[in-house]
Amino acid sequence: MATVATRERVSSDPGRAKPSKRPVGRWLSDHLVLLVGILVLVYIFVPIGYIFALSFNQPSGRSATAQFESFTWSNWTSICEPEGLCDSLQLSFEVSITATLLATLLGTLMAFALVRHSFRGRSTSNLVIFLPMATPEVVMGSSLLAMFVSVGLDSVLGFVTIVIAHVLFCLSFVVVTVKARLVGMDSRLEQAAMDLYANEWQTFRLVTLPLAMPGIVAAAMLSFSLSFDDFIVTNFTSGQSVTFPLYVYGSKLRDFPAQLFVVGTLMFLVSFVFVIAAELWRRRRSAIR
Amino acid sequence: MADTGRDLRVEGLTKRFGDFLAVDDLTLTVPQGSFFALLGPSGCGKTTTLRMVAGLDDPTAGRVLIGDEDVTYLRPYKRPVNTVFQSYALFPHLTIFENVAFGLRRRGVKDYKQKTLDMIDLVQLGPYAARKPAQLSGGQQQRVALGRALINEPAVLLLDEPLGALDLKLRRQMQIELKRIQTEIAVTFVHVTHDQEEAMTMADTIAVMNHGVIEQMGAPGDLYENPETTFVANFLGQSNLIRVDVIDTVDQDVVVDCYGQKVGVVASRSHAGGRNAWLGVRPEKVFAEAAGADHRVGSNILTGGRVTDVSFVGVSTQYLVAMPWGQELMVFEQNTGQRPLFRNGDQLDITWSPAHAFLLDADQDARAGVMTPEDDE
Ligand SMILES: Nc1ncnc2c1ncn2[C@@H]1O[C@H](COP(=O)(O)OP(=O)(O)OP(=O)(O)O)[C@@H](O)[C@H]1O
Ligand SMILES: [Mg+2]
Repeated sequence: MATVATRERVSSDPGRAKPSKRPVGRWLSDHLVLLVGILVLVYIFVPIGYIFALSFNQPSGRSATAQFESFTWSNWTSICEPEGLCDSLQLSFEVSITATLLATLLGTLMAFALVRHSFRGRSTSNLVIFLPMATPEVVMGSSLLAMFVSVGLDSVLGFVTIVIAHVLFCLSFVVVTVKARLVGMDSRLEQAAMDLYANEWQTFRLVTLPLAMPGIVAAAMLSFSLSFDDFIVTNFTSGQSVTFPLYVYGSKLRDFPAQLFVVGTLMFLVSFVFVIAAELWRRRRSAIR
Repeated sequence: MADTGRDLRVEGLTKRFGDFLAVDDLTLTVPQGSFFALLGPSGCGKTTTLRMVAGLDDPTAGRVLIGDEDVTYLRPYKRPVNTVFQSYALFPHLTIFENVAFGLRRRGVKDYKQKTLDMIDLVQLGPYAARKPAQLSGGQQQRVALGRALINEPAVLLLDEPLGALDLKLRRQMQIELKRIQTEIAVTFVHVTHDQEEAMTMADTIAVMNHGVIEQMGAPGDLYENPETTFVANFLGQSNLIRVDVIDTVDQDVVVDCYGQKVGVVASRSHAGGRNAWLGVRPEKVFAEAAGADHRVGSNILTGGRVTDVSFVGVSTQYLVAMPWGQELMVFEQNTGQRPLFRNGDQLDITWSPAHAFLLDADQDARAGVMTPEDDE
């Protein structure tokens, strides 16, 4: 809007009117944003397009290749055929869901404590919360493994230790996300609720929680995606268990089943649907306004 | 209305924030069903006082009583008190209906639906019941805040500058509306404002507050006509304050020396203790006469004035009159058209009745409470 207004003012100024070369510049300034946007989209979607296309590929040998040989549905109908693939997917879902629930719960409580209560060491806690975010994952993974071994958990390395590790690094993200939401919240709303006969629990349930919810949901989604595709920390703490990222990495070393492309495409589609649904919901809400 | 069972009483209420004394030993009684205005400049402790009455802040000392019940440390949701917040504090995630119904539903009122719809009608928001607060104008939000509090029929309704965000026209409209509702339902209103006109037009009783203490409390007319401190004299309307020496008391009049000229003040209107005092008189109570003319109004006369400024403001003309001792006094005259206006440089005598002047303690700052243009939004 602003650029349009400026341009109109300039061109209506008779002393400054210079018709030469103006159309090209104008066309560029009008379409530059669009152009750059399209380029960025292409950059993002071309690799995904490859995955999508290759999920319909019938490789000639046992291992998938980058060469598109012939079209087939068979990869889509036999996702669980490659040995261990679906087991690893299941483990990944179990780990991510558990870690997300725990991290969101703990992180939300921590965010409330950090925003709503002043206690000794609050500013230190605020700082320490950031540490896991700043620590290189290899360092975190190796030190976690060392710790698990030294406290005697080496025999049970697997689901439990992976979840512990994932909760650890998701926690900081949850705290930061929820905190941002809480800081922007007017505490007078809660006071108004109390003034209107809501006791502490009702105030939390009816006012605080609904207002904090967008932050909590965002934190949970972030946690899930962080946990689901984590490779480095998981690699250190998984013992004999194989999560999906570990499976993919392992397949790279052996033969690479084309079904992995199918799983990749499916995951992309699911998150795509999520994003679209969230956007539609947001629009419907703002349309009421 | 005669039932005094639910008067609001505040006794020695004090609030400190660290070293800062926000409310200092406040004591007052608000009779049940009355409209009480708490008037004072920004930062004088009005909101803090309300918050302690509502239970949102604990007082440092003192008590809050409703009827005979001590509610000082009762949780906010256990008090028969509701608040219209300075910033409305409407729940953004709830519709107007849900906002208004909130209090009733918390208390488990059965037919809350009908009551809520009635209240929404009362505040004239019928068509907006399904909207969210963000979809309403400022004035509409203000009415939601009012309805949300009123619907609970509290013993005391606290209103914290509820009209502050409105433009002048809507403000006048809402003042009338508020007053009508208050008369209708006979709930005790404690209305906080820093708009003196609003306080005077609406309230039965006004308490003028400054720096955490109540300077003076009384009916609007009493406060205006007979202020006891320079702050009240200046904050409510305008006053001419002249430095005088107290000479004598003759019958019911205190005689004072005003730079060599003697004038009288009715004794009951003297709030000065010492030998010196501020003689106060409102600009509209002063009458200007051409020098040496017959003095028709009042028996107090000061001679030797000279007009230094004439502002014509429609209903009245406002003169600035320089007195022999250098001070400029304000004289407001109704534009009745009975006589020609004075002009700059005219020589004048000014007169007023002893019953219209007041004497204030000389220790006080004569400019306390004067509205500077920045204060007056
Ligand atoms: N939580 C707090 N901590 C420290 N000081 C505070 C706090 N709340 C209020 N104060 C101070 O107490 C004084 C009174 O504040 P209050 O909000 O009661 O003023 P007010 O009379 O309502 O003013 P306004 O007309 O601007 O709303 C102010 O000087 C303010 O700075
Ligand atoms: Mg205030």
